Amino acid sequence: MRRLIFVVPLLLFAGVGAAFYVGFDRDPQAIPSVLIDKPVPTFALPPLPGQSAGLSSEDLKGDVQLVNVFASWCVPCKLEHPIITRLAREQGVTVRGINYKDKPEDALNWLARNGNPYATIGADADGRAAIDWGVYGVPETFLIDRQGRIRFKQAGPLTPEVVEKQILPLVKELRKG
Amino acid sequence: MIPELGHYALVLALFTALVQAGLPLAGAATRNTAWMAVARPASYAQLALILVAYGALTWAHVVSDFSVANVVENSHSLKPMLYKVSGVWGNHEGSMVLWVVMLAAFGAAVAAFGRNLPPTLKARVLSVQAMIAVGFLLFILITSNPFLRVVPAPIDGRDLNPLLQDPGLAFHPPFLYAGYVGFSMAFSFAVAALIEGRVDPAWARWVRPWTLAAWSMLTIGIAMGAWWAYYELGWGGWWYWDPVENASLMPWLAGTALLHSAIVVEKRDALKTWTILLAIITFSLSLMGTFLVRSGILTSVHAFAVDPKRGVFILILLLLATGGSLLLYSLRAPTLKAGGLFAPVSREGALVLNNLLLSTATATVFIGTLYPLFMDILKLGKVSVGAPFFNATFIPLMVPMIAVMVVGPLLAWKRGDLTYALKKLMLAGAVTVAAVLWGVAAHGGPVLALIGIGAAAWAFFGALAEFAERIRLFRGPLSDSLHRARHLPRSAWGMTITHAALGIAIAGMVGTSAWNSEVIRAMKPGDTADIAGFTLTFDSIQQVQGPNWKADQATFTVRRGDAVVTVLEPQRRSYSTRMMSTTEAAIRTTLFSDLYVALGDPDTKTGMWTVRLYHHPLVPWIWAGGVLMALGGLLSLSDRRFRVGAPTRKTAAQKGKAVPAHAHPAE
Repeated sequence: MRRLIFVVPLLLFAGVGAAFYVGFDRDPQAIPSVLIDKPVPTFALPPLPGQSAGLSSEDLKGDVQLVNVFASWCVPCKLEHPIITRLAREQGVTVRGINYKDKPEDALNWLARNGNPYATIGADADGRAAIDWGVYGVPETFLIDRQGRIRFKQAGPLTPEVVEKQILPLVKELRKG
Repeated sequence: MIPELGHYALVLALFTALVQAGLPLAGAATRNTAWMAVARPASYAQLALILVAYGALTWAHVVSDFSVANVVENSHSLKPMLYKVSGVWGNHEGSMVLWVVMLAAFGAAVAAFGRNLPPTLKARVLSVQAMIAVGFLLFILITSNPFLRVVPAPIDGRDLNPLLQDPGLAFHPPFLYAGYVGFSMAFSFAVAALIEGRVDPAWARWVRPWTLAAWSMLTIGIAMGAWWAYYELGWGGWWYWDPVENASLMPWLAGTALLHSAIVVEKRDALKTWTILLAIITFSLSLMGTFLVRSGILTSVHAFAVDPKRGVFILILLLLATGGSLLLYSLRAPTLKAGGLFAPVSREGALVLNNLLLSTATATVFIGTLYPLFMDILKLGKVSVGAPFFNATFIPLMVPMIAVMVVGPLLAWKRGDLTYALKKLMLAGAVTVAAVLWGVAAHGGPVLALIGIGAAAWAFFGALAEFAERIRLFRGPLSDSLHRARHLPRSAWGMTITHAALGIAIAGMVGTSAWNSEVIRAMKPGDTADIAGFTLTFDSIQQVQGPNWKADQATFTVRRGDAVVTVLEPQRRSYSTRMMSTTEAAIRTTLFSDLYVALGDPDTKTGMWTVRLYHHPLVPWIWAGGVLMALGGLLSLSDRRFRVGAPTRKTAAQKGKAVPAHAHPAE
């Protein structure tokens, strides 16, 4: 009986080790989205002041494109901004923006300072449209296929790895199909 | 050429370590002295080779050799020299090389200073140490080669993460690693003792100095990390219960428990199997910290670049080291002879209670840190565990821990007299009550802060009371007390300083968490803001140019009433290569508080700047307390008992039985 006590640490550790091993298959950042493979929600957002076109569900049909939810007050957005710019300018991916709970002038300043890679931007001042999209924080990025269905979602800033390993291969595949 | 030499030296070090891991161990089993004797030169050679590799990497960084991938990714020709040197360990590959430097240095130190160790134990310890080295050298060579070349070499590098270009963080990793890796010594001794099947007071005496050294380094490392988070992240906080922070706190807590339980083994020949287990756990937690930070298995604000291949490798190392040693433990520990008995109220009893509380606290942090992982694996949903959980579980464990910490040293070994001990602490108790009453009068709460202030005062004045008792202060001529103080063992001084310093640090934590004030304002030059009795005037803003950054620097004149107190110049730096900006807060530190100004982003349209002002009472005490704790540990380390060299087994056992006269209150 006394011997058994000395085996307990080993058993506990085996459990922890197994948990670590299984843990590799998951991504702590990933938040499951119920919207994957569903059509984008119906919405229509006005443009930012001075810009010509806003964003609505109709715009998201016909081509493979990205929708990026951003705000001028969001620090990680600034972090991912160069990556999004590169996606739009160098990879030729159409990126559309949803400007989330922002003051229009702040958003315009921010775009003026950091560059504007977005084809069009919808101003979601009260965050209603974002609720339909299931946005729980900014930034979030969605990949939309030709039929206007959400195929991929990234919660949090895009990283070069996500772009290389997930977004670009998926874009290629969706463009073919 | 030089990077290739470094690479080659690492490969040679691996083979040296392989020999050191096998031959002395086999020699100890077969009583072959020649084989056992290999351990010493092998550990020197291993250290020398790893130092060559480390030197080669440093050279590549210092001369900005951009044909080396590691330099390209983490350096820039314009980077200041300090950060060229510290940048070597500011990245994953280089930090692992530093890790093995430390590991080899500890091994070589045992080879050099452990002349009195029994040859078989020494051979086994060095072999176990070399096994760890084999694992990590393989890890570096297979998954994280720092000497990888790039062809063609770029013109300039991508610079080091600006957040790491900071004097506080430059020296944080070496201390942290010295702590983590230092616990490998306790681990190697524990495994060697299990192989030998023998744990006795002499063993504890050999283990203690290494554990103490590691603990002191880790204490400094953690304090520096907290300090850096405080002034560099610009949020005014210093501890976030982030997985990476917890990863360093867990070995610290377990190591603290280990230090104390080893005392019981040394003095009373008891708690042996528990101490061995703690030694294994402490180092395993250090390994786990290394794993968590690099595997990407948990989300954290400041982790290394994540690579699943590396994560799997470290996990295998962790499974081999911890799993193997725990297996050995389950087989061998039951055969160890149980030691001396003691009454619940005794020095041993107090130390057991301290161990229970500390290991429960370790378990709490462990569960809180890994809970999101476990929940996710069991498909119970995504959760995150934050500060409220840790505050609600950790603090209630620390309060009784501190209560016992003060009483314990006043109890005799074997059977103590609680009434006697409490009588000696009456004055400290009165001061504690006064401190709490002061808290009520000055701030009126919150309750948690009052408990905290009480704990701080109790720890500090209790430690002083115990010291006064040892030197018979006010109970005879002062010269007699001074004489006693001079002749007290340094370990006694060390204990008093460390315990009192914990009180100082706690006071700092309480002061800044409970009584800080914060003002966030949009300001333009000419505006003023008030905080904690100070008036700050935003005088001007100007551009400043650094070696690899540009900054907006604001000038604030701080006045109290009409008198100018100081001028503070916070900066908002942008590093062009990485397109990142950092806040360089300006802080006015006095003995009792910090006045902290951080400059946020400007609003280009209105010309207003977001300015954050904080007043943090007592916050410098956290760092001071941390450093003092480590100094106390180092002072103990210089105790004659450890310095003169450990005695041979026989005399050690006799000394272990003798109760030191100065520790006996009933004397």
